[in-house]
Amino acid sequence: MNRVVESRLRRRHRRERTFRGLCVASVLVAALFLLVILGSLFRQGASAFTQTRISLPVPAMLPAGDLPDSGAMDYDAAVLDALAALLAIDPDRAERRELRQLVSIDAAFVLRDYVESSPGRVVSDASVRVPASAKVDMAIKGEFDRTAASDRRPLSDLQIDWIDRLVELGAIERTFNTALFTNGDSREPELAGIRAALMGSVLMLLITLAVAFPIGVAAAVYLEEFAPRRAWIRLLELSINNLAAVPSIVFGLLGLVVLIDWLGMPRSAPLVGGLVLALLTLPVIVISSRSAIRAVPTSIREASLGLGASRMQVVSHHVLPQAMPAIVTGTIIGLSRAFGETAPLLMIGMVAFIVDVPSGVTDPATALPVQIYLWADSPERAFAERTSAAILVLLGFLLSMNLLAAAIRRKVEK
Amino acid sequence: MRTPSKANDVAADAGGGPEFPVGDPSAPDPCIQIRDLNAWYGDIHALCDVGFEIGHGEVLALIGPSGCGKTTLLRCLNRLNDAVEDARVTGEVTLDGQNIYSGSVDPVALRARVGMVFQKPNPFPKSIYDNVAYGARIHGLASDRAELDEIVHTSLERVGLLKEVRARLDEPGTDLSGGQQQRLCIARTIAVDPEVILMDEPCSALDPIATAKIEDLIDELSAEYVIVIVTHSMQQAARVSNRVAYMNQGQLVEVGETDRIFTNPLHKLTEDYITGRIG
Repeated sequence: MNRVVESRLRRRHRRERTFRGLCVASVLVAALFLLVILGSLFRQGASAFTQTRISLPVPAMLPAGDLPDSGAMDYDAAVLDALAALLAIDPDRAERRELRQLVSIDAAFVLRDYVESSPGRVVSDASVRVPASAKVDMAIKGEFDRTAASDRRPLSDLQIDWIDRLVELGAIERTFNTALFTNGDSREPELAGIRAALMGSVLMLLITLAVAFPIGVAAAVYLEEFAPRRAWIRLLELSINNLAAVPSIVFGLLGLVVLIDWLGMPRSAPLVGGLVLALLTLPVIVISSRSAIRAVPTSIREASLGLGASRMQVVSHHVLPQAMPAIVTGTIIGLSRAFGETAPLLMIGMVAFIVDVPSGVTDPATALPVQIYLWADSPERAFAERTSAAILVLLGFLLSMNLLAAAIRRKVEK
Repeated sequence: MRTPSKANDVAADAGGGPEFPVGDPSAPDPCIQIRDLNAWYGDIHALCDVGFEIGHGEVLALIGPSGCGKTTLLRCLNRLNDAVEDARVTGEVTLDGQNIYSGSVDPVALRARVGMVFQKPNPFPKSIYDNVAYGARIHGLASDRAELDEIVHTSLERVGLLKEVRARLDEPGTDLSGGQQQRLCIARTIAVDPEVILMDEPCSALDPIATAKIEDLIDELSAEYVIVIVTHSMQQAARVSNRVAYMNQGQLVEVGETDRIFTNPLHKLTEDYITGRIG
């Protein structure tokens, strides 16, 4: 072989190896970032999926024999009595106040629900598991330093002593945190859940899908199949491409001015949120649908035109069915983006403390990413782990949306 | 409006009379009559004053070098150029005496009368059955399932595909071999029962055996349909057609009986082309 070629060849191979090495390194760095993010989320958030509960013996709380009329009971006091009995102490008023901080304010309601659902009489060895307060929860999960000076930690020496005693007695257990998925937001971390926010997000996404999908696909069909190549059409295409890059908060402003101020739609409603997110998603759907439609071979269009199909039949019988997998994928990518969007929702009043699960599109609601933002802003230690847990749920939701997209794609392609 | 430079060039090259075409442009029993047909794609003058007739019962082969306007001419006959954004057509094409470019003719209805088979087999990504049934369905040719079955079976039978695919009518048409796909496309076209079938180099993507089958098929179909076939193969033109039209640079140079064209071309350009000196 020619010497020049040979020496060049060696250099080319060396370059190729360097290039490939750089590519592998990039992939590794990206994977590392992903691992760090997911790892820290799991480390912080995993504990939020369990909740500490204290199991209280029923007889200590309630008088034996016939239960009193549930309306007349002081359940708060009954819970504290039971705790005191369990710890074998006789607390004075100050101690009772400290004792009260061990259990969630929900404990009294749990007890009341138990009384109202039990058949009249108390079983002597029954016990009721009431949620512990967030502070106790944190202590059990080892989230703060017990050895710190007493004014630098949320629990007093006495309370820590009681908690240790409860642990020894086996009265403390950690169970799956169902409240996280069944409750709305709450000021008490141990009662706060993402159901209201998740429901708000789902309602918004449904509206976004119902509005953006048909409009986006129809616009793409017009632009690709029917629009003349005129200057104003070019301008329109350019504007749509630009719209995809507009900061999302601008869409929120638009929603505020047009939908809420002019059209008088309610604030904080999934209806408005969904419409704003539809505007946000529309350019993404139009752009991806257009490229999907463009990818359908001309030969198929001509084959059906040649058989005497009308333009509309060509589109509906051949072009759209063939482009649909890619259109669906594009739509779901657009929806995933909308699902994670926070900024435009700030403008239309969806950053709100919502306790009730919205039952319709005009009820006040919030969205999952907004809920994450709200919790991340809360000072309580217990909200930090819930923030991470909510992010994990959000990621899980996005992952399942993408899996759904892949599944639909595979099914339609067959 | 013609592009004078181009026309003059051709005329000068030919060294003969300025009038095209030479030969015998008229047919005794005309089905399609083309008069003063001009076509443009944007600024490109693709067809220049083309005029001749295609008779009933005829297989006409369009030959000529690449880019000479054969396919454009073919696509003018079923107004498929309407779908091309910047295409413009002037002149007259009559089908059984009616100008297909007059305002009263619906191109959709026209294409049911003038079917087309393309260069690359292009079956729909649907089942074999649905491929053949598609045209009949959109034109409402069958009133019930049995009639549709009948149309599909006859069409497949006529292209000799039925015995090959009878057991797998539900499988995608795109799974067939290239030659089978092209016959499927022909079956799809004749299922609509057109009067004219346009074929744009139907065998250029096929192997010799598949090509022979298609050529036999063209022979059979010529009994019932007027066939206009674009081909790059002189042998194919000689085998399947009874008339040949030779085009060059957007102009029709010579038309005539196939035997006469290949044995005794009148125009120098035709002679150069068929003897392999240009093209």
